[in-house]
Formats: sequence, C-alpha cells, structure tokens
Amino acid sequence: MIRGRILNAGAASGPTLVLTEPVSFWGAFDPRLGEIVDVHHPQRGLPMAGKILLLPETRGSGGTPGGIAEAIRRQTGPIGIILITPDINLAIGASVAATLYGYACPVLSVNETDYATLLKHPALAISLDGVISPQARQ
Amino acid sequence: MIATLDDHDQALMDGARGPAMKLAMELVLQAARIMGAERLVPVSYAHIDACFYNGQAHVDFAQYMLDHGATFSVPSWSNNGVVSLTHPELYDGNPDHEMIDGARKLMALYQALGCKPSWTCAPYQLPKGPKFGDHIVVGESNAVTFFNSVRGARTNKYGDYLDVACALVGKAPFAGLHCDEGRQAELLFDCSGLADDWKREDVFYHLLGHYVGRVAGRRIPVVTGLSPLASEDNLKALSAAVAASGGVELWHGVGVTPEAPTLDHVFSNGPRHAVINDDLRAARDMLSPGRDGPLDLVALGTPHFSVTEFAEVMTLLEGRKVKSNLPFIITTSRFVRSYIKTKGWLAELERSGATVVGDICSYYAPGIAQAKGRAMTNAAKWAYYAPGMLPVEVCFGSLRECVESAVRGEVWRDAKLWDGLR
Repeated sequence: MIRGRILNAGAASGPTLVLTEPVSFWGAFDPRLGEIVDVHHPQRGLPMAGKILLLPETRGSGGTPGGIAEAIRRQTGPIGIILITPDINLAIGASVAATLYGYACPVLSVNETDYATLLKHPALAISLDGVISPQARQ
Repeated sequence: MIATLDDHDQALMDGARGPAMKLAMELVLQAARIMGAERLVPVSYAHIDACFYNGQAHVDFAQYMLDHGATFSVPSWSNNGVVSLTHPELYDGNPDHEMIDGARKLMALYQALGCKPSWTCAPYQLPKGPKFGDHIVVGESNAVTFFNSVRGARTNKYGDYLDVACALVGKAPFAGLHCDEGRQAELLFDCSGLADDWKREDVFYHLLGHYVGRVAGRRIPVVTGLSPLASEDNLKALSAAVAASGGVELWHGVGVTPEAPTLDHVFSNGPRHAVINDDLRAARDMLSPGRDGPLDLVALGTPHFSVTEFAEVMTLLEGRKVKSNLPFIITTSRFVRSYIKTKGWLAELERSGATVVGDICSYYAPGIAQAKGRAMTNAAKWAYYAPGMLPVEVCFGSLRECVESAVRGEVWRDAKLWDGLR
C-alpha cells in the first residue's frame, strides 16, 4: 500500500498513462483533445481521458491550471494525477475544476521509490485519504 | 503548516463573505500547504494573468467569482489579452468566434471584478508601480522576473487562479521569493571578460538573458561585470529572455539591481561561469535560425514596447517609410500607446507604415497571428517562442537592424555590430 501526499483530494480508479518527460499544460497540451501536442514529447497524441496520469513533474507553466481545468470541464482530461515533484498549478487547476464542474480530480505526490513501484501497475485506484492501490487491468 | 488563521482569514473560510471569497481563501491555503508556508504575508499589488483567455474554464471561473460577490482586496492590474480592445475592427471576419468572444467576455468579467484594465505584460512601465521590498502577486513570467530583479519587489510566479485568489484575499503564502533566504543567488555568470562597447548594444542583453536562462534553468543567477549604465529597456530584455529560456524568476546584477550592491550581498558559493563571446554567438545562432532574404513580418514589442523604445524607432526611421505591404507591427500597452499619441508619434509611425496595437500579446496580434514566412524581431523572448506558435522562420537582430530591414523589405545586417562578437 502506498500513501501519497494529497495536493488535491479526490478518488479515482482506472488505467494509467505514464509520461516519461515533464510537460506544460499550456501550449504543449490541447484541452480540446486531451492530448499532448508538443511534437518533441514522447507521449504526444496519447489520450488522457479516463486515465490516471503518472508524470515526474510539470514544466512550471503559469497556464497549467487553466489547461487542466479546461480538460476536466470537457472530460478529455485525466481522472487522477500522481507526480514526484509537488505541483501547485495542477492542484489549483483541479481544485477550481472541482468547484466549477463537480469532479474532484485527485492530485498526489509520492517519493521516487513509490513512483517506480506504481509504474509497474497497469491500473490504479486512489482513495480520498490518499491511498494508492494496484488494480487488475480493466 | 499554518497553525491558526487570524480573524479575517477565518471569517473568509467560514463563508462570511460568500462562497467566492471562501474558494479564494481555500486556494491560498491549499498553495500554502503545498509550499510548506507557515504563514501568509499581506500583499499590496497584483498583476492578474488569468484574464488571458485559455478556454471556457477561465471564463467560468471569473463568472463564478463575480456571481458570488468576490472583490479584489488590493489594486490589481490586468495582463494583456488574446484580443485587442483598442482595435476591435481587426477581428472582422475572423472565424474563431469561440476564442474571440470568450476572450472579450473574460476581459469584461475581470473589469467587472474591479481589475484595472491595463492589459499589458509590462506593468512595470506604468506609473506608481510596486517599490523595493513590497510583497506582490504576479503571474506573467517576464513581469515576475522584472519586479523581483529590477524593482526588488517580492513575488513568486503565481499560476492562473492562484493569482486571482491571492489578490482577492490580499495575502500570499510566505514562501520562496517572499523570504530573504529564498532570494540568494545559486550560480554566477561573470561578464567582465567581454568588451565594454559590446555591453552597450541592445542585443547583448537579449543574448545574455537567453544564455543565462538555458544554463540556470529555474535557479537564481547573479551576473557580474554588467555596465551600471544599463537602461530599463536593457534590463527588461534580460529579464524576459532569462524567464523564457530557463524559467528564472529572479536574477541579480552586481552594481545594477537593487539587492546586489556587491557580490557578497547575494552570493556565497555555487558554480561560476565566465561568459565569453562564443556563448553569445551560440545564443544568437539559436534565436536566429532564419536566413537573410525578403521579409514577411517585422514584430516588435515583446514584452510591450516602452516610450523610450518608441523614441528610438522614431529616430532610426528618420521619417522613412516601411517597405509597402510589409507588416511592421509593434505591440504595447494602451497607456504607452495613448502617451505616444499625444506626442504625435503615433500618427507619424502610422504614416511610416507601422501598426501599433494596444492590449494584446504579440503572437495573437492580427497580422502576426496569421503570419508565415520570414519574420524579424528584436526580442529574444519572441524569437524563442515564435517557432512553436507560428509557421515562421525567425531572424533576430538589433532594433536598428529591425527598423532598417523593415524599410528595405529584407533582412539587413549591421556587420560592424556582429564583428564585435568575433
């Protein structure tokens, strides 16, 4: 059992999408598509909808809260996010989206060891109190 | 962790000022928790970036705040928009109604919330701005860097919504660049080996900023060997470039910026780099991949053009006209635009074939947003971002090169200038 640090509280369960490089949710991400559009990013074009996103960190863009909130509004975005480096922008964007649109997308940070463990599982569940548990492939 | 809230903050959390102010307080505390802040610090000024349209969620957030009785607690000024309100006619026939209508609505909502309509990414050019030591809230990256570095005011880079939340509450998490210990330089760049006359060129500050940002990443750099005569426009260029290529939010210039009268004030140990001509040449090559040849666009005003920059363009033009049909577009604030209008410069510039657009971010300016082909700019920031946003081949040059090229209709190079980098 892995317990993450809660940056934005929520519960979710679903298959994972792993981003191997940091990303900005402004410019490099299109919320209309729910996909990375930066041609240099290895996970460009992979849909985030319905996925629990695992990524090491974001690029610290101030436009990230709007990008993630808009993706949550359009239901093109991830249903949960797990990072290594705590990220204020993703947390604030998810928090605002929860108030406006009623879906609380969990945003959690974990240490590198736990992150490496989570990468081995094709699907995860996140509980309201920040517990992350493996799920069988769905 | 913030142990207890004062009466004002507790009342907001209890909903005494309604759900919008409660949400604002919750967002500030959420950020404080993530940053590990032990208390909040009162702020005296805000520059709001969330008015820059980025989808319907931005509009919904502002509408929610307005509908639920939110009001700004500190003077708050708006960043530039995606559309120009001074030039509504420029959007006639533009098919992207969702973006244009959304952007206009968003700008109207922030005005209704009490945000002062400055619509500029260079708010430090407005009178009565933040002073040394003031705690402020800023989101726009070049303004964060300029206010921190050149004015000595204190702000972190506040992302969208958190900027608004802090301005509504009037407080920010006391962490990062708000604290003394968060403002020490982590690496040093020594420019004393470069020729003094090269350091008086405008391009020097753009190239140095680009180079320093690439090496520093998000660390705080200190630069030695700068000229004490560096102008505010020079420091604006350096701040914008270092923020674009690296994400630097504060830099120090010994003898130039207010927190660094001496090196000892800001730096004790860390990596040291001696800046050489090769570094600046490499920056130039990276920012200026375009080949010489006929131009399709000249774009000035990233960040927004200042009065002194307009004066320089007037001098360089010497009453000559820009090559016919070549878009020569300068983006600026409505404040600076109205100032140059009263001086008669605007009419003269327009007679020369220049277009001066207020309120707007350069890449979204009509004439720039549709541009393709070969584009010339004097701004490292524009040169850095444009290839990812527009189908253009960028030529970076000095302001003199840009103006001369605009007149000739093709890229003109100042051989004497670049010989200085040999």
